[in-house]
Amino acid sequence: MLIRKPHDIRPSEITDEALFLNRRSFIAAAAGAAALAAAPGVLRAEGLRALVAPRDDELTPLEDITTYNNFYEFGLDKRDPSRNAHTLRTRPWSVMVEGEVQKPKTYAVDELIRRFPAAERVYRLRCVEGWSMVIPWLGFELNKLLAEVQPTSQAKYVAFQTLHDPEQMPGQRSGVLAWPYVEGLRLDEAMHPLTILATGLYGKPLPNQNGAPIRLVVPWKYGFKSIKSIVRIRLTRQQPPTTWNLAAPNEYGFYSNVNPDVDHPRWSQKRERRIGELLRRPTQVFNGYGDQVARLYSGMDLRRYY
Amino acid sequence: MQERVKGDGGSVRWRWRLAQTAVVAVALVPAALIVADFLRDALGANPIEEITHRTGDWAIRLLIGALAVTPLRRLTGWNAVIRFRRTLGLLAFTYATLHFLTYAILDQGLFLQSGVLGYVAEDVAKRPYITVGFTAFVLLIPLAVTSTKGWIRRLGRRWTALHRLAYVAAALAVLHYLWLVKGDQVTPVWYAAALVLVLALRVGWNRRAATPAPRAEVRRAVPAESGS
Repeated sequence: MLIRKPHDIRPSEITDEALFLNRRSFIAAAAGAAALAAAPGVLRAEGLRALVAPRDDELTPLEDITTYNNFYEFGLDKRDPSRNAHTLRTRPWSVMVEGEVQKPKTYAVDELIRRFPAAERVYRLRCVEGWSMVIPWLGFELNKLLAEVQPTSQAKYVAFQTLHDPEQMPGQRSGVLAWPYVEGLRLDEAMHPLTILATGLYGKPLPNQNGAPIRLVVPWKYGFKSIKSIVRIRLTRQQPPTTWNLAAPNEYGFYSNVNPDVDHPRWSQKRERRIGELLRRPTQVFNGYGDQVARLYSGMDLRRYY
Repeated sequence: MQERVKGDGGSVRWRWRLAQTAVVAVALVPAALIVADFLRDALGANPIEEITHRTGDWAIRLLIGALAVTPLRRLTGWNAVIRFRRTLGLLAFTYATLHFLTYAILDQGLFLQSGVLGYVAEDVAKRPYITVGFTAFVLLIPLAVTSTKGWIRRLGRRWTALHRLAYVAAALAVLHYLWLVKGDQVTPVWYAAALVLVLALRVGWNRRAATPAPRAEVRRAVPAESGS
């Protein structure tokens, strides 16, 4: 309750959608100007530099958030989910909460939404591929739901599972990943007030391609940890399997905290491209949420537990 | 144009030039589309990534296309098709250059930000997929330079040997693609299959040329043989 929002993104910084659509054309124009100015000397001129310089943590336009998605259940191209996710039926939808809990329960998603009022959370999202966004989520803290089902003293981890239905999720017919998509957190990570279950963005219900009707958001971890379209939450004694770790264990660890000092085996994690910007910016440890979450990992070797 | 006065021979030559121009024009359509899509903001949320992917795709397609010319010529007996080999090779090099410049300047920020040369050098040295991709690009440079008639004459037999590097470059380019994808191997595997086919046809022919009575194993390696 002490930490409602990351201290560096205030609700007052939220800007009208329309302004951001304008900003997009501005950036395109700036990039065009930069591309046309062929001589490096010209590009180094202060004026042009200011024009393409990153501005801190402005919201990513809704259009980009909803058309540039990694959601392999609906195709492998970033644009596929926005084209294909209409086949997902988000009502009726239930979420089973079970395992090491005193009061296991299956919730209708609308019951969750009624029971745990959504608040806006503006979070940076850093994808393991090297791009990032700033997204105004609507959601509630996962710890509120966990408190209600009462984890037993044996509960150490929380496992999450996406819907498995190739009819609704045609990407599950291909064997590119082991379906259903599964993810997991340590219980203290799951209880952290920054960890939310999101049901909306930009003040509206989640679009299907963003993980409707309910998804996890863990802002200090790479995006693939924030599992979409959740149907099952299971508290466990053992560390649960996670999909990308199963696919490539040397590339994607269980923790997958954003860390510029630990490169992906195949590419650098030192910098990232904020969607909408031309120049890369340095990646921050824990995606800039170190003040809030670093204590969870005190004494851990983050190179080993990547 | 002036050759037309010579009659039929000149007219044929003129038509070949027209065909060359048409090939170049068609092959440059993807580049034009990138510019058009950029101007109307249709490259998606991550335009630089999109440009990188499109230029890389076309570099590989055109390179495999150039390497397919010789097998096509032998399969069909259409000797004149050889005139397009250099054109396709140079077009592949054009897209490879655009691909590399997009990566270095737009994606990494070379010349736009300070300290980027270090990042690019680290990428080339430490990231295997970038190492092989960069090597493929560098190998294409001497091939592009020596693609003129003057160089063909000057180098003689060595020219043929030198230009076998095109196969190495193509193999490295496909490896570059295979090593960079996350999850989806389908497209690079198709490219690899096409390259292996083109290479296998060539190896088969060369072996057959070397040994007048081909052994059974060679026969199996040449799919076209049963038909001929």
